[in-house]
Amino acid sequence: MKEFIYSLLSFLDPQWINLIWSLLQIAIVTICLILTVVFLVLFERKVIGYMHSRVGPNRVGPMGSLQSIADTIKLLLKEVIIPSKADKFFFLLSPILLLIPALAAWAVIPFSPDFIIADINAGLLYLLALTSFGVYGVILAGWASNSKYAFLGSMRAAAQMVAYEIAMGFALVGVLMAGGSLKLGEIVAAQSGGILNWFWIPLFPLFIVYFISGIAETNRHPFDLAEGEAEIVAGFHVEYSGIGFAIFFLAEYINMALISVLTSILFLGGWESFFTGLTILENTFFAFLLEPSIFWLLIKTLFFLFIFVWLRASFPRYRYDQLMSLGWKVLIPITIAWIGVECVMYVMQVGPWSIA
Amino acid sequence: MNLIQLLKKLSLIDFMKGFTVTLKALFRRKVTVQYPEVKTPLSPRFRGKLALMRYDNGEERCIACKLCSAVCPAQAISIESEERADGTRRTVKFDIDAFKCIYCGFCEEACPVDSIVETNIFEYHMTENHERIQTKEMLLATGDQHRKQTIENKKKDSRYR
Repeated sequence: MKEFIYSLLSFLDPQWINLIWSLLQIAIVTICLILTVVFLVLFERKVIGYMHSRVGPNRVGPMGSLQSIADTIKLLLKEVIIPSKADKFFFLLSPILLLIPALAAWAVIPFSPDFIIADINAGLLYLLALTSFGVYGVILAGWASNSKYAFLGSMRAAAQMVAYEIAMGFALVGVLMAGGSLKLGEIVAAQSGGILNWFWIPLFPLFIVYFISGIAETNRHPFDLAEGEAEIVAGFHVEYSGIGFAIFFLAEYINMALISVLTSILFLGGWESFFTGLTILENTFFAFLLEPSIFWLLIKTLFFLFIFVWLRASFPRYRYDQLMSLGWKVLIPITIAWIGVECVMYVMQVGPWSIA
Repeated sequence: MNLIQLLKKLSLIDFMKGFTVTLKALFRRKVTVQYPEVKTPLSPRFRGKLALMRYDNGEERCIACKLCSAVCPAQAISIESEERADGTRRTVKFDIDAFKCIYCGFCEEACPVDSIVETNIFEYHMTENHERIQTKEMLLATGDQHRKQTIENKKKDSRYR
């Protein structure tokens, strides 16, 4: 596809072609993300419904497939209510502040070996920066709403983000040591060569910790204290209606997908096939299963998204002190300890990697 | 905290147990009733919309004794009566406030002539506030409309009364 675009526009300056190609990539990723969210909302409602022995939405379109589109249209047509005492500028700014980093983080995600919008050197750092940037949107939303409940929700979100950001950062340090690069593409490349070479085996505790703190980062169940319905109604977005609420929703689900795709890339070998190394499959009809492709990444991502939903259907919300003690007293010590173990493995050459 | 407890906690075994419960539920038979197309069975004793019944010859049963309005715990029934030319006492006004009515069925039990009954209709609505007052004509019309079904239900239930 890249070659096709380049040959089509060959009469232009190479700089312009690069720009057009980048814009095209951005458009593709953004549209696909929004469609993913549309799918995810339905997926979540269906799966949770099934886990409750219900059938979930099934009225709009075949099997309810158009339900989330109907919901979106409803939300977009609703009135945007701005509370009279709210800080109008920040009230309208904060959903955008939440959505922009959620979308921008996808710039460094390598979907397949040759599809990545910006292959920058400090990809992992960029991700760490942008995923924590989202909390500004949450805090500003709570503060600008001029409502006690919204403010309580955003304060909780801030404390939670700080606590889990550290565990997440340490987990990423482990990946960085194993992968030997901050470039996500090179981290995936370091995991090539079959399911046993993926980082989830040597870095298993970090894998679990990363996913747990990812759930906490996205303010999802069972860590959704920031919007705990029972005590603070909807938390930071309680005053938002219509399209503002829709944007919060969009950002939350995009973040969910981001954490899932990152977990697959960092620990489950990204676009690598599950069956790499199975020589039986070579020269048979199933040889295509050995090829690394974007579909493997999609399958892994879908699996983690399913876990997100599964968690929500299974467990009650954490109490605030439990949440804090889990973050500070369990996850952070585990990551630090495992980084020590990793250092020993690195020096003793135990892991699947070697000193470069 | 001893070591076994710590290991149990770290192995997330309780979480796995919780996950298996919900995963099993994912494949369980679904119990949803697709309501407008499929309906759950109704008991003949079901207490739904109120109605006034007539005799077979078309004469209204109600004799304006006001027992129903006396027994009504929500005071939803208001009745005014007059004497007809043939000397019988009949109602001129028989209003039920559908918002006050709690569907307890006391009026039906109090009625000496089986005039006021509760049908098994529960799917009805009103769009204007004043429509909540069910007049005598409306109640009689409901009775006429669902006469057969209501009589059948009362017959089925009569064994147990």
